[in-house]
Amino acid sequence: MTVTDERPAEVGAPRRRKEDARLITGRTNWTDNIVLPGMHYMAVLRSPVAHARISHIDVSAARSRSGVVDAFTGADIADFQGSLPCAWPVTPDMVHPNRPPLAVDEVRHVGEPVAVVIARSRNAAVDALEAIDVDYEDLPVVLDMEAALAEGADLVHSDKGTNKSYTWIFESGAAGTGASTDEAFAQAEVVVKRRYKQQRLIPSFMEPRSVVVDPTGDVITVWSSTQIPHITRFLMSLLTGTPEHKVRIIAPDVGGGFGGKIGVTAEEMLSFFAARRLGKPVKYTETRSDSLVSAHHGRDQIQDIEIAAKRDGTVLGLRVNLLANMGAYLGLVAPGVPLLGAFMYNAIYKFPAYRFECSGVFTNTTITDAYRGAGRPEATYAIERLMDELAVELGLDPMEVRRRNWIRHEEFPFTTVAGLTYDSGNYEAATDKAMALFGYDALRAEQASRRASGDQVQLGLGISTYTEMCGLAPSRILGALSYGAGGWEHAAVRMLPTGKVEVVTGSSAHGQGHETAWSQIVADQLGVAFEDIEVLHGDTRTSVKGLDTYGSRSLAVGGIALYQACQKVIENAKPVAAHMLECDVNDVEFSNGSFRVRGTPGEGKTLGDCALAVFAAHNLPDGIEPNLDAEAVYDPTNFSFPHGTHLCAVEIDTETGVTKIRKYVAVDDVGRVVNPLIVEGQIHGGVVQGIAQALFEEAVYDGSGNLLTGSFVDYTLPSAADLVEMTTDRTESPAPGHPLGVKGVGEAGAIASTPAVVNAIVDALRPRGVNDVEMPCTPERVWRAANLSGGAQ
Amino acid sequence: MASVSVTVDGVRYDDDVEARTLLVHYLRENLGKVGTVVGCDTSNCGACTVLLNGRSVKSCSVLAVQADGQEVTTVEGLARDGVLHPVQQAFHDRHALQCGFCTPGMIMAAVSFLADEPNPTGEQIREGIEGNLCRCTGYQNIVRAISDAAAAMRSGDTAQPAATEVSV
Repeated sequence: MTVTDERPAEVGAPRRRKEDARLITGRTNWTDNIVLPGMHYMAVLRSPVAHARISHIDVSAARSRSGVVDAFTGADIADFQGSLPCAWPVTPDMVHPNRPPLAVDEVRHVGEPVAVVIARSRNAAVDALEAIDVDYEDLPVVLDMEAALAEGADLVHSDKGTNKSYTWIFESGAAGTGASTDEAFAQAEVVVKRRYKQQRLIPSFMEPRSVVVDPTGDVITVWSSTQIPHITRFLMSLLTGTPEHKVRIIAPDVGGGFGGKIGVTAEEMLSFFAARRLGKPVKYTETRSDSLVSAHHGRDQIQDIEIAAKRDGTVLGLRVNLLANMGAYLGLVAPGVPLLGAFMYNAIYKFPAYRFECSGVFTNTTITDAYRGAGRPEATYAIERLMDELAVELGLDPMEVRRRNWIRHEEFPFTTVAGLTYDSGNYEAATDKAMALFGYDALRAEQASRRASGDQVQLGLGISTYTEMCGLAPSRILGALSYGAGGWEHAAVRMLPTGKVEVVTGSSAHGQGHETAWSQIVADQLGVAFEDIEVLHGDTRTSVKGLDTYGSRSLAVGGIALYQACQKVIENAKPVAAHMLECDVNDVEFSNGSFRVRGTPGEGKTLGDCALAVFAAHNLPDGIEPNLDAEAVYDPTNFSFPHGTHLCAVEIDTETGVTKIRKYVAVDDVGRVVNPLIVEGQIHGGVVQGIAQALFEEAVYDGSGNLLTGSFVDYTLPSAADLVEMTTDRTESPAPGHPLGVKGVGEAGAIASTPAVVNAIVDALRPRGVNDVEMPCTPERVWRAANLSGGAQ
Repeated sequence: MASVSVTVDGVRYDDDVEARTLLVHYLRENLGKVGTVVGCDTSNCGACTVLLNGRSVKSCSVLAVQADGQEVTTVEGLARDGVLHPVQQAFHDRHALQCGFCTPGMIMAAVSFLADEPNPTGEQIREGIEGNLCRCTGYQNIVRAISDAAAAMRSGDTAQPAATEVSV
């Protein structure tokens, strides 16, 4: 092989995605596509009531239906079905009820599985559900969190004696990370207190969850539409008593997740039990209606937040008291979701004192768990809304209040009152760029003139200067927070004899573009062509270890593991190259894909040459292992802290209550960018999910605990026609703690945008006495706020 | 059972199906045309969109027997002689997909929309694809892609459009 000319850097280039070729032509491998010989289909009967005792259940008629091969209830598998896992016992005394995959005596939310049918066709399985006979004896339904915590409240779990799962408290004075919060409030010249409601949302990944379990081989193979194949393998092994090496999990093409596919689900476990029982492959694919009522929901918190400040706007202290709706049971990481927010309420501001308290509450609703941002969007919403309220109280411009309190760029690294050390950032630069793109002053002038003329259409401007902690996570910190696993990630690089490269990553992509971005990183490090790299993920047989994909961690943690594995490959190849170059190993240098004798121009030896040499192994130096391949595991020493400034202008028709986004500018700093195309796409999608929370989406229960938004007719995801073009730009403050400088981008947009939109709406209506509009800000709510006395609705 | 004769992506099929079989299930389960997917059960998401005699339909809202004697085009039959359709090419160039689950339906809806409106504004594109939901992209790059594809199709140029600028 010959040495190529200097190739342009791949990192930073807007490479079109490798993934697209199959996705735009329909050559995809969704779990529901899988058909195996002798495969059966499972259908799940779900509770139609929110809380009841199952007084009678009989599946015998279903079992005798044509095409049906089996049917069973919770009682039939009670002795081995165990409990679906919760891996985050946030306090030692956390109330942690069992969550059987199939309800045995009692159902606690609408949609809870009560029986399954397995048949030779999907239709036969679904048809037979109607032959299952169940009698429910109604029990009192608990829906409201505050009522649930009141003395003498009805109970979701009568044997637990309480609807409270846990209370978790942080106080900076006690923790030694800041001053006493009570003392800070005692010195306040201004205190502003608000209550915000984070409505319940449904992640709404576009691909409904699907699972296929094949027990016919030497190992049990499970294909699942999951974000977490490795964690699922570990937990499924423990839960089923199957040795871990006899379980293989494959996440093939996975159609989105947004946190909603983090979990070991009832349907995965029931498919597993059914397949094992029958010795046949079993498939289950949920309908959208199944999904909306049974896949976990997100958000659903009540936030009481209180800020203490001086008259000049300097913040002195912050108190947060949170109620977090867990639903009827505890999801895999649900108790910890509010804790991921706990470290973020102080945001980018220099609070001297901070207190956070959160209680997890059981209700007769579908469980909640991680949804894009998981705790951090909630925190960012509350603090960014409250900074606006403080500005109004003080008669200051909302951006000015932020400027007076944020961490200045020369103050990094900065240890916050919550105890985190923010490694880098430049809030001034991102804000200046955003303000210029937005035309802030001109819009303020237009707002003043519309107000003065009493225009039917009023203009509002909203700010969100956010940061987040992502790159989950340093294992020691997770341990200190009682999380059940670590936060490292794994990568392996395999040099093939022809010079091609296989890259294995432990994070499991479902839309993020790992195959492209990882190829770019490896191409630069090893000096091989982008096209000559294959990225493997999502199969526990090829990707032997990993902690999967959530918390904007794939690049910020897994990318560093990949970088380190590349360095090891180069080190492994060095003695081989030295041998071929007939020089001392210390005289070999590697650059631009080639080994050369230091200071000697001209042809060298590529990694491909070395790979072929170790493949033949005919002529290697003594004692050299014929292997270039390497793996690495990276455990981060800190979180990463993307930040940015989002600005939103809305026009509100005060006679109809309709809110129209007039302009949206997002300037994000996610550290060094590997692929600007992918980063921009992540921001677009995240911003729109956050806008959707602000304007459109809410999971609504009626007084009996029925999910009223149980289909896409009622759970209103925005369409393209509901949205407008946004402007995105970026600043770049590389993460200093590792060689790639990357920070993660998966959640940033969703964290930033919600408060920008609601701040704009409230700003538009402020002259009418409005200081809040509850989300989602539907035309009705906005109209009521604008037109009914008192403003706040 | 009911008999159905239908041409899908240029191939004629004759089958007996349960009368209640939806076109999307017929495509996926009888013909193995799994490029077309099911995203909901209320005809809201549009992931299952195909062309029926050249017009977009949500194949979850059509019975297989209603397609009898007609021609269906799925995303698998859109590329010709190994050359991507301009809409497919533009989706790739503009990074108009992430997880890709809505993509087959989104592409087919766009193809049908552009047949009616070859020179659309951004707003018209947004209205034109409002029956198709995407959770990943925020639609911004989808709108750009459809606009690019329209331009490429107007100029009759099915080759790869010039590399596009990225505003990040």
